[in-house]
Amino acid sequence: MSGFFDIPSDLQHSWAGLIGLHLREALIPVAAGLLLALPVAQLCGRFRRLYPPVLGLTTVLYAIPSLAFFVVLIDYTGQTELTVMIPLALYSLVVLIPAIVDGVRSVPDETLAAATAMGLGPVRRYTQVQLPIAAPAIIAGLRVATASSISLVSVGALIGNQGALGNLLAAAQKYDRPELAVNAVLTMAVLAILCDVLLVLLRVLLTPWMPRGARSGTKSGARPGRFEEAEVKAL
Amino acid sequence: MIRIESVTKRYPDGTMAVDRLSLEIPDRSITVLVGPSGCGKTTTLRMINRMVEPTEGTILLDGADIQRQPVTTLRRSMGYVIQNAGLFQHRTVVDNIATVPRMLGWGRQRARERAAELMERVGLDTALAKRYPYQLSGGQQQRVGVARALAADPPVLLMDEPFSAVDPVVRKGLQDELLRIQEELGKTIVFVTHDIDEAVKLGTMVAVLREGGRLAQYAPPAELLSDPADAFVEDFLGADRGIRGLSFLSTTALELTTDPVIPPDATAERIGAADAAHLLVTDGEGRPLGWSEPRRLTAGDIRPDRLLPYGRPFVPGVDSLRVALDCAVLSPTGWAVAVDDAGRVRGVVSQQTIGDAIRTAHQDGRTAHQDGRAGDEKVLG
Repeated sequence: MSGFFDIPSDLQHSWAGLIGLHLREALIPVAAGLLLALPVAQLCGRFRRLYPPVLGLTTVLYAIPSLAFFVVLIDYTGQTELTVMIPLALYSLVVLIPAIVDGVRSVPDETLAAATAMGLGPVRRYTQVQLPIAAPAIIAGLRVATASSISLVSVGALIGNQGALGNLLAAAQKYDRPELAVNAVLTMAVLAILCDVLLVLLRVLLTPWMPRGARSGTKSGARPGRFEEAEVKAL
Repeated sequence: MIRIESVTKRYPDGTMAVDRLSLEIPDRSITVLVGPSGCGKTTTLRMINRMVEPTEGTILLDGADIQRQPVTTLRRSMGYVIQNAGLFQHRTVVDNIATVPRMLGWGRQRARERAAELMERVGLDTALAKRYPYQLSGGQQQRVGVARALAADPPVLLMDEPFSAVDPVVRKGLQDELLRIQEELGKTIVFVTHDIDEAVKLGTMVAVLREGGRLAQYAPPAELLSDPADAFVEDFLGADRGIRGLSFLSTTALELTTDPVIPPDATAERIGAADAAHLLVTDGEGRPLGWSEPRRLTAGDIRPDRLLPYGRPFVPGVDSLRVALDCAVLSPTGWAVAVDDAGRVRGVVSQQTIGDAIRTAHQDGRTAHQDGRAGDEKVLG
């Protein structure tokens, strides 16, 4: 008997195991992307002329199909999770860098001048003033990057067993079990929604200082265009 | 004392923000830099805490070049208040105020106590301590800005158009509050504004700057109004500088008369004896009720609703000659009513007498002015 949650043995994971794998493959790249985006965005904020070319570069990276990435990377990293995660991390930059730059730029000039005049050095100014005020914009960027990453992980199925829940799609075809495809799609959707809810919660916790009502959607926040692109890419 | 010595700021594109400016900013007083936009007043202010570095010239703080100490130390010894307050929107009121004390290594508790003390000093309800800036009005935010600048008790306070973004009523309240705080604390305040009325009201000394960052005149406000250096300053001061200059003249010496003042139960003889076109009737406690021609008054039956209004009264010694003149102009009889703190009539004074007082004050002023000049020359010689 083959039920909704009976995962074919060649996937080497239970349903719960696939979820864990999926989250790991989706979230580590976003975290890595954030770590990479923070200094890059800081440079872009400081040297304004750097920003347009950097933005162009991330867009070009985003335009490279993941399959092409895999072909290049597979020589170095093999058929591993890393081969899936590197492109995902690079894709996340396309939303994270502008989110951070816009967030940091949204700090009013008066606030920055006041901070400077009070004797806050550049490091303190960045960590104590600019980053906290940019937090809502950064989290808005993380929401898009996370949702996109969760759906994109499935393409890992293309290089064998690295698609996590995405492998269920392949298995559904292979064993003629459409319920596995339904399972994969529903689980991924639920995961994406759960992560999104957690991020929203995080923002609410971090920003008691934001006027109520202004909480939903900062100006650099939701980028539906990017999100749809990611969905299309996942297909 | 802050000494600005022939300081010039030229930007790489050739714009001259400040041109060989020299100023001596006295301790424990408010020095106002005023001028049209582009006159370099904000640049000058920002050179004092080195947010802008001068191209040429030096600035001395208590005799020492400000370049000689670490820039953060210098800045922490100077409070800074900016337009729109520039509060940290992600921090509560109390944490905003405690910023510099915390950086200077004060304990959390001590810094918060200090913040609460300052909130009271600037007229903020301490119940607002845990609020975030978005929950405050513009005026309240600006008060927090002032409290934050005062937090570490710096000797110098730099204020960059701090009150220009709030409405006129709130602005007047903030200005009065600043004068009160200054009376208590005696800081060396450098205050930038584009509003000449604000400059005249707040400044002990006023520096008028013109476009291109050149000093047009540096003088106490009364002298500025009575004796503008050139057409630019005169034009900048506006049309009614004569009237405004009266704000600096006292009403202490004004000669009051009680002859036309009568109580509500005045006898017919008293009414007939007064040698005036109008009589001021008071109530039982001596507070003014209104004016009337003597022939319209019936002894024993004075009806307050039949009296002419008396405009508004002034308090001699507290209000200026400008207020007294205004009261006289507002009064339908041309006489101003002088009252004491409790609102009881001390006497009345005519426009004529006020005019005489103004002329006398001008003569005295000219003499004092010449004496002052002579004194300066002696010091210089």
